[in-house]
Amino acid sequence: MEHKTLAKLITQIENNPEVAPQILQQFPEHQSKVIGFTGSPGVGKSSLIDRVIRYIRTRDLSVAVVAIDPSSPFTRGAFLGDRIRMREHFVDDNVFIRSMASRGALGGLCDAIFDVVKLLEVSGFDYVLVETVGIGQSEIEISHLVDVTVLVLSPGFGDEVQMLKAGVMEIADLYVVNKSDLPESDTVYSQLLAFLALAGKSEQQLCKASTHANNGVREVVEKIERLWESFYADGTIERRRKRRTRYHAEHIVRKIVEQAMNTVQENATNPYEFVKLALSRLCENHLRGGQGGGI
Amino acid sequence: MRIFRILIAKPGLDGHDRGAKVVAHALRDAGFEVIYTGLRQTPEQIVRTAVQEDVDLIGLSILSGAHLQLSKKVIELLKKEGIEDVPVFVGGIIPQDDVPQLLQVGVKKVFGPGTPLSEIVQEVKSILQEGVTKTGGA
Amino acid sequence: MYDKEFLRNLSEKAKTWEEQLQAELRKFPERSEKFSTRSGIEIKRVYTPLDLEVMDYLKDLGMPGEYPFTRGVQRTMYRGRFWTMRQYAGFGTAEETNNRFKYLLQQGQTGLSVAFDLPTQMGYDSDHPLAQGEVGRVGVAVDSLRDLEILFDGIPLKDVSTSMTINSTAVILLAMYAVTAQKQGAEISELRGTIQNDVLKEYIARGTYIFPPQPSMRIITDIFEFCSKNMPKWNTISISGYHIREAGADAVQELAFTFCDGIAYVEAAIKSGLDPNVFGKQLSFFFAAHNNFLEEIAKFRAARRIWAKIMKERFKVTNPEALKLRFHTQTGGSTLTAQQPLNNIVRVALQALSAVLGGTQSLHTNSFDEALGLPTEESVQVALRTQQIIAYESGVADTVDPLAGSFAIESLTNEIEQKVWEYIEKIDSLGGMVRAIETGYVQKEIHNSAYEQQVAVEKKEQIVVGVNAFQTKQEHQMKNILKVDPSVEERQITTVRKLKVERDNNAVRGTLKDLKEAAKDGKNIVPYVFDAVRAYATLGEISDTLREVFGEYTESMIL
Ligand SMILES: Nc1nc2c(ncn2[C@@H]2O[C@H](COP(=O)(O)OP(=O)(O)O)[C@@H](O)[C@H]2O)c(=O)[nH]1
Ligand SMILES: [Mg+2]
Repeated sequence: MEHKTLAKLITQIENNPEVAPQILQQFPEHQSKVIGFTGSPGVGKSSLIDRVIRYIRTRDLSVAVVAIDPSSPFTRGAFLGDRIRMREHFVDDNVFIRSMASRGALGGLCDAIFDVVKLLEVSGFDYVLVETVGIGQSEIEISHLVDVTVLVLSPGFGDEVQMLKAGVMEIADLYVVNKSDLPESDTVYSQLLAFLALAGKSEQQLCKASTHANNGVREVVEKIERLWESFYADGTIERRRKRRTRYHAEHIVRKIVEQAMNTVQENATNPYEFVKLALSRLCENHLRGGQGGGI
Repeated sequence: MRIFRILIAKPGLDGHDRGAKVVAHALRDAGFEVIYTGLRQTPEQIVRTAVQEDVDLIGLSILSGAHLQLSKKVIELLKKEGIEDVPVFVGGIIPQDDVPQLLQVGVKKVFGPGTPLSEIVQEVKSILQEGVTKTGGA
Repeated sequence: MYDKEFLRNLSEKAKTWEEQLQAELRKFPERSEKFSTRSGIEIKRVYTPLDLEVMDYLKDLGMPGEYPFTRGVQRTMYRGRFWTMRQYAGFGTAEETNNRFKYLLQQGQTGLSVAFDLPTQMGYDSDHPLAQGEVGRVGVAVDSLRDLEILFDGIPLKDVSTSMTINSTAVILLAMYAVTAQKQGAEISELRGTIQNDVLKEYIARGTYIFPPQPSMRIITDIFEFCSKNMPKWNTISISGYHIREAGADAVQELAFTFCDGIAYVEAAIKSGLDPNVFGKQLSFFFAAHNNFLEEIAKFRAARRIWAKIMKERFKVTNPEALKLRFHTQTGGSTLTAQQPLNNIVRVALQALSAVLGGTQSLHTNSFDEALGLPTEESVQVALRTQQIIAYESGVADTVDPLAGSFAIESLTNEIEQKVWEYIEKIDSLGGMVRAIETGYVQKEIHNSAYEQQVAVEKKEQIVVGVNAFQTKQEHQMKNILKVDPSVEERQITTVRKLKVERDNNAVRGTLKDLKEAAKDGKNIVPYVFDAVRAYATLGEISDTLREVFGEYTESMIL
């Protein structure tokens, strides 16, 4: 698909997720390798993605990237700067990069992301890479969206220990210690090694990289591919995609319910009556709006 | 209300991005989604970004003195990509004499040094609003 | 500074005075509830000896020319000699510049100053796509040794001192200069001059960086080491706060970030085996003079005291010469307004006066019409006359550090120093300046300061005469700017393309390969750059070779 057309479709979905089903049904099914990159701001996710794109492109495969940054809860404005690190690929016809703002969604992902990823898949890209800022819960969210989750870490971000405690780190499939050119990265690496042993994960799920020195990127990509292949073979991908559908549906339902509840508010005097009103409003809406897609 | 997306780009070899960043900041605070691509962007890179990000407006910050060539090139490429309807604003050190020429090649608005941020935000808002009423909203 | 009894009496007196004042204030309130400078220093209604209670004259001020040099780095200051009135301007091709150099030397000048165009500063040859429209625009275009041979043709480099405003590609220009001198028969050990070479400020303010900070520091360290052995008379760095200030920093940030850069360089020098007692003498600084008159004077005075302490306490320097902060000052380009441009003459005069009262070693005054385009001959002359009026007519140069002892100035000096230390500690806690730059902390601080200032002007919390107050109807006219002769670019491209055909390309490939290996293996790259330059490898080729090894820096997102 032409980049221009694709970009406009994404905007439509972003501004109004309800149109997504109509848009998506126009395209034949196609499955991409959908890889998520998450981690604290500043660990080097965008830089790593830049290198990963470069590596994937040497094999003449096509890549789409979606980079999500937070919107301001007060002004709804956002500053989207991840592209800066991928500028080398701007004029490559086989690379499509899109920045998205979270637009108030919890957990670091934006509401439209499920459909946007789907659209990029059916557009025929070999890879779809998703970058999200890792702030606690959002790692879990992203693992519901992608086939393989990569958690990027680097020295100087003390919050890793916090994340270990919260168990958030459990969900990643691959752990990349970036900035291995910095001496302190060794400490992070050994901490992670210990963590993986405790969590019963394999050492294979850990690697080092330096996007500055261009070290280890090849290994990162190869590990991602190997993981993807094995997940594909053992049905993990299929399971994850089913879970993604369910999770996406949950998102939609939650939104619908929320909207119905917003219409009741003042009229109800107790919670049971509230529920009753909300549900009846919900049924009305549903009957009127037909099956509808997202919200 | 729909959220608009704006590309702030900084072509030219010089490293003076104080103005571009301050404007980007003000637009973000005014509720826009601002895509910023950093220093030393070629017109090709700027236009490809505009295509992929499907932006509603492009702001070019040019201090190198090459504003005529650069703006012309950007607008040519926008036409080539078929997105010449995206308005282009130019800010920077622009001599008064060059303004008519810039407008003639298709630049929508030129902001000289010392233009208040509030004025820039207002102009951006009004031109985007105008676009919406013309197309009946998107 | 004062005895206890006196301070007690004064304190009582001051209290009564304040109490009586309150009634008056209710009737006649002040212009503002709070007065403060842009760097957040609150300005008091009145300063008294009470504010200097803990100050110790000998320890904190001392005599001029003595530690901690608050009062100046020389004993007689401008009673001996005025500051250097250094006005640089003009650019063009190597030939044109060569002619001007020869003229200046005939007139008895012994120092030359070279500015380079942006492609040269960024490591691109004139035929690179990004160089289009930029060749020869803001300085001389240099592609290869050949351009420097032309630039210095007929000028005996062993007899002159040359200052080159060059940073990211400083190692290449240094090599070209030295090889040109060797070809003239000079020993490189005799050469005198300066390269700006202050790459850290490029990341945070000026923007002409190429490599990431770590490899940039490595190149700088290589230069330090090479020069200390082979070019001992060469000044290897000039540390600039000017660009930091112009990028939006306040006075405190200007000093703090400049000194943090300085600390990083001194550490690098020590690491490469240099003695800070010797190296320290060769450091020079470059600051801006902006509008807040009192704050700026205090800033310059505080700067000397802080740097002396850094060198003495942090780096254990004992040689007093290596403790002295010597600096060049330029008036603030960003403070000039396009509206009512004649007002700029007054701004420049006040800023220049603050630099003189602050004890600068040299001074550049901006032309009043710079915000409108290229300065005219007349405006350049007024700028120079401004300095001469301060020097010859105002009388401020006839006594050393005339404002010392002012309760207000000394208090401000102390407060600025305090705030600068806090910033330095903050940067230390982030792991030093290189690390702080990599995380984008410094850039963010400067950007926020720039943004706040802009907002303050728009809310009229900060008044800019002629811009947000006292405007006149008359529209200001921007004049034409930087018209360069397009034939310069064509000629330069033809020459460099021709060179690439005519030279011994095997030799070029060989030297570039060696350079690449050296860069990879962590060897000192300077001799390898010399070899490549000698073989007529171009500036772009050498830069690309280093780019392959070191990578390129991409700015940090700062909002
Ligand atoms: N030393 C070092 N710094 C890196 C490396 N990768 C990225 N960085 C720096 O880390 C900062 C944040 O990078 P970015 O990719 O924007 O991080 P993100 O916020 O996770 O997307 C930037 O200043 C990069 O230059 C690396 O391999 N080594
Ligand atoms: Mg990022």
